[in-house]
Amino acid sequence: MKVALYVTCVVDQCWPDIGLAAATLLEHAGCTVLFDGEQTCCGQPFCNSGYPASAAPLAKRVIASYERSGAEALVAPSGSCAAQIHHYPALFAGEPAWRQRAERVAVHTFELSQFLVRRGMTRAPGRFAGRVGWHDGCHGLRDLGVRDEPRRLLRTVQGLEFVELRAADACCGFGGTFAVKLPELSVAIADHKLDEVDATGIDVLASGDASCLLHLRGRLERRGSKVRALHLAEVLAHGVA
Amino acid sequence: MAEHLPMQQFPANARAALQNDTQRGALRAAATVFGERQKKTVAGNPDWQHWRSTARAVKDHTLLHLDHYLVAFERQALARGTRVHWARDAAEATGIVLGLVRAAGATLCVKAKSMTTEEVRLNEALEHAGIEAVETDLGEWIQQLAGEVPFHIVVPAIHKTEAQIAALFADKVGTPPHADAAALTAAARERLRQKFARAGVGISGANFAIAETGSLLILENEGNIRLTTSVPRVHIALVGIEKVLPRLADLDVFLRLLPRSGTGQTLTTYQSLLTGPKARPGDEGPDEVHVVLLDNGRSRMLAEEVTRQSLACIRCGACLNVCPVYQQVGGHAYGSVYPGPIGAVVTPQLVPLARAAQLPFASTLCGACRDVCPVAIDIPRLLLHLRQRVREGSPQAPAAAPQRGERLAMRLLAWLLRSPRIYRFAAGTARWCRWLEPVWHHLPPLSRWRAGRSVPCLAPRDFRRLWRQRSRR
Repeated sequence: MKVALYVTCVVDQCWPDIGLAAATLLEHAGCTVLFDGEQTCCGQPFCNSGYPASAAPLAKRVIASYERSGAEALVAPSGSCAAQIHHYPALFAGEPAWRQRAERVAVHTFELSQFLVRRGMTRAPGRFAGRVGWHDGCHGLRDLGVRDEPRRLLRTVQGLEFVELRAADACCGFGGTFAVKLPELSVAIADHKLDEVDATGIDVLASGDASCLLHLRGRLERRGSKVRALHLAEVLAHGVA
Repeated sequence: MAEHLPMQQFPANARAALQNDTQRGALRAAATVFGERQKKTVAGNPDWQHWRSTARAVKDHTLLHLDHYLVAFERQALARGTRVHWARDAAEATGIVLGLVRAAGATLCVKAKSMTTEEVRLNEALEHAGIEAVETDLGEWIQQLAGEVPFHIVVPAIHKTEAQIAALFADKVGTPPHADAAALTAAARERLRQKFARAGVGISGANFAIAETGSLLILENEGNIRLTTSVPRVHIALVGIEKVLPRLADLDVFLRLLPRSGTGQTLTTYQSLLTGPKARPGDEGPDEVHVVLLDNGRSRMLAEEVTRQSLACIRCGACLNVCPVYQQVGGHAYGSVYPGPIGAVVTPQLVPLARAAQLPFASTLCGACRDVCPVAIDIPRLLLHLRQRVREGSPQAPAAAPQRGERLAMRLLAWLLRSPRIYRFAAGTARWCRWLEPVWHHLPPLSRWRAGRSVPCLAPRDFRRLWRQRSRR
């Protein structure tokens, strides 16, 4: 099965290793991974800040790129970018042809763990020694319904002890431009979550969203915490060449 | 007179609220309790999703035919001796109520908890006219004594600790300074009973208005609403036009949803179904019943398909309890009678949008509000719609609060992202200019990010380069 990997701009520019880990996992699930080097951003920051008109041309690029690829699924190591692609049809209220194309792409778009489980992955290939807690990214959880898949996969990583956090599904406070529009509030929301994370004594806080990780990792570092924030793909594919 | 904080200054209000540790502690504890209770009642109900979609379907139907059901309500209410008044806005509503109170010759009104009366600032209007208005819901009375507006739409004094209330009562009511909750409640009861006995008019809102029978349904736990609507000679109810439901039978599903969502109760202690004044002199109940139907911006929400669902809200407050923003800053920071996620949706549609322009941005868009909403209002979707109206405007109206600099920056960024070559060039340039990082770190948005978080670095090589290397191998 051919799969188009949508790495997202954050992974592309800041943490490309997450993208490589995602590709490794997809290959492990028996997929041929295609990557279109022309991809940029899904347009989410524009939609969320009140400028959906600016997002539409970016959405068209993602749609056209996927159609060109000939892949059967579009997979992103991000619940929030995948959810944004699911919302594309709403951007084309006045363009029925594009709306239809957007709808076709949306049904083929998946968050990474969601796709891996659907492909039948029952054991993650990685080995990881440590106690790992999970942070549900809001859009993956609530827009795409990704709840069990990452937990199920994490529990199968050799050497890993999975810790269910009480505040696992509490928002981290990132919220896109919210993080810089209301920085003190954004950080206070993160602290609500991280107080539990630090008290639990886990080694790693894992998440399926690089954007949540930007915020959580930044805050953990500033708090002087020993807990590392890692992407799900990095944990699941840890130690796999 | 209790004043709201300026809603234009949400960011400053929020910062101030974050400094108030006592308030944050009380708020977190209470919101957690209510949130947990709601979760438990929902988890124990396999039919929950079915109830939600049924209730929403009833609301959608009613809103699509609101003109019909409002007139039907009026007809049935009149037939049962209730007098019905129509108020276009807050000024008309307070004018009508004031006229009725004066006509009744009352100088004291007892009030049931009602957000709609808060919305039109009825207490202020009555006070200006020399009429005493006493809140009789315990939380609402606490807020009135403290000179504060409600902090939460269901639990007005959710942010106050027992010790704070004891100190307030010691000052205003004369109870011992360390009285416990039971003693404080007893003191409130004694004071308020005297007011009930003397009041000429009782003023309430309503949870639902039934078109089929011209009845009002009001839920409560303290019994004060039953007293307010039955002891004084005159009962006036101020009711938003969205509160109407077609049939008595429709209450079934809403009576299941509202208490469970609001307080986590299976049912509230009291449910009063009020249908007109007393029929015979020996009966219980008021001599006169007036219903004031309030528009105040609601028909504007009704007119647009996107915003119509804002009117489905049954004011349960569940979205406040689960909201990460509300949990941190509480109700007053919003500067509106309706705080929290639903407040950030409703307020900008009730007041001029430019005044409330900050509120749609007071959300991380986490969607917890949409999940918990008993009538499945897509609050994040509405927030995005309002953000667009604030920044870019709509075909009907120009942007309410455009930010030219931000708009320019966003357009530039969108243009840059439209071309993969320019995107790669820009990222490459940024890598090459890493030595300039100390400068960027002092400029927005990074300067604002750095307040509390370390700044992520660009990777030495982007994904596409690593991918090419990997493919070659």
